[in-house]
Amino acid sequence: MSVLVYIESPKGIIKKQGLEAATYAAQLAKSMGTECVALLIGEVQDLSLPGKYGATKVLHYNGANARDFDAQVYTDIIAGGAEKSGASVVIMAHSSTGKSLLGRVAVRIGAGAVSGVTGLPDTSSGFIVTKSVFSGKAIAHYNITTDKKVLSLMGNSIQPVETGGEAKIEALDVPVRSPKVKVIERKTTEGVVPLPEAELVVSAGRGLKGPENWGIVEELADALGATTACSRPVADSGWRPHHEHVGQTGVAIRPNLYIALGISGAIQHLAGVNNSRTIVVINKDPEAPFFKAADYGVVGDVFEVVPKLTAAVKKLKHS
Amino acid sequence: MVRAIELTEQHGGTVTVINVGPASNDIIIRKALAIGATDAVRVDAEPTDAYNTAANIASYAKDQGYNIIFTGKETIDYNGSGLGAYIAEMLDLPYISYATGLEMNGNTAVIHRDIEGGEEVCSVEGPFVLSAAKGLAEQRIPNMKGIMMAKSKPLTVIPPATSEARVQTVKFVLPPAKSGVKLIDPENMDELVRLLHEEAKVI
Repeated sequence: MSVLVYIESPKGIIKKQGLEAATYAAQLAKSMGTECVALLIGEVQDLSLPGKYGATKVLHYNGANARDFDAQVYTDIIAGGAEKSGASVVIMAHSSTGKSLLGRVAVRIGAGAVSGVTGLPDTSSGFIVTKSVFSGKAIAHYNITTDKKVLSLMGNSIQPVETGGEAKIEALDVPVRSPKVKVIERKTTEGVVPLPEAELVVSAGRGLKGPENWGIVEELADALGATTACSRPVADSGWRPHHEHVGQTGVAIRPNLYIALGISGAIQHLAGVNNSRTIVVINKDPEAPFFKAADYGVVGDVFEVVPKLTAAVKKLKHS
Repeated sequence: MVRAIELTEQHGGTVTVINVGPASNDIIIRKALAIGATDAVRVDAEPTDAYNTAANIASYAKDQGYNIIFTGKETIDYNGSGLGAYIAEMLDLPYISYATGLEMNGNTAVIHRDIEGGEEVCSVEGPFVLSAAKGLAEQRIPNMKGIMMAKSKPLTVIPPATSEARVQTVKFVLPPAKSGVKLIDPENMDELVRLLHEEAKVI
């Protein structure tokens, strides 16, 4: 019996969401009185990392078939790893990869699954997990009735905890099919924390009036070390790249801090950001609906307020 | 669905809409037919969990020879994002999620998809399953001709193949309420920064 956690390593690097999944799996394993096994696929720069976050064993698959992401191939590996370690629970991050894998792994190993869970399971009677539903307006409690379970963990739901442990590292050898999906190209904006992983986000909307005014947004983001985002009309008008669009039909994010500049706060936008820990709204319209969802608000012209905020942030950082 | 219709307009073929649900869903299914789908199937069952919905869809689809199965990227109600993956595994087909662009060249698809912080382009041979993200196609509204034709397009109701479900809903609760917004004087950004640092502890 064990808890298996699949930890992604894009370009060999384990990111914060991977460490969150490791911590979640380790804490779950501890509460179930069983061990936590980490499974990694492809290039991994630091195989000792999962051990530092609570895994007691690391299974590493590095065959040629896993060079690019193919959900069927990865399912072969994860299901194989789950069988080898007698896993009754499989954990992964709720990422674009996780979303392609959850249902596959669940069907393959005969498990019930819940995606985007926001807390550790309550195993006192059944196996009950929480998840944000209705675009953040409610929390659902789900009970998984099968012996085996697969969960994907919503980002920023648990903080990674270093246990100072060490895991035994083993090469994983399982039969794996040839990939059917061929990756032709992968373009990621380098040097920027991707939005779904960002802890600090500065977002702006039509209140900025035009793409030429985005300098103040980027300066504030730079000062904070934040990732930039935007509302749907801004992306649709081509002012900003569409992967910056946060909202119901864009990316849903859970940063620690979400600063919204010149965004009114339509319900579809809120759906993407209302799980943020702290929301700051700056808008010159005091009736903007976003103020109702905000923790802190400033009624003022973004062109006057934002530079002052950036200056104040820089002052804090230098003190 | 619109992308599916566009592909059949370009390459020939048919588009079947499938839904798992009660008769009250027929109105929406007819709307899909009015937009341009060829025919529709409704599995007559109250949806329970994603596994069950997928099992019913897979059971119907497996002998029908579909080249592409399209699903949405995430449901608006329960924020489920797994249906396509379940169906693909049950039918042992490749699954590509978050497709923002799809071109078919014979039986080979070239798909653009959203990944964290960027985009990926991949190719796969049919048949396969994909989930659609914004940008895959322009929305279409049914026109009068479509609405008239929809009335006579086939909408076949079939019994569920399985009632097996693996996840039960225990309850729904409201998230903890936010206390009212704290307004800060626009001339005093030092105060906002102080609050974010000392009170919210986010910077």
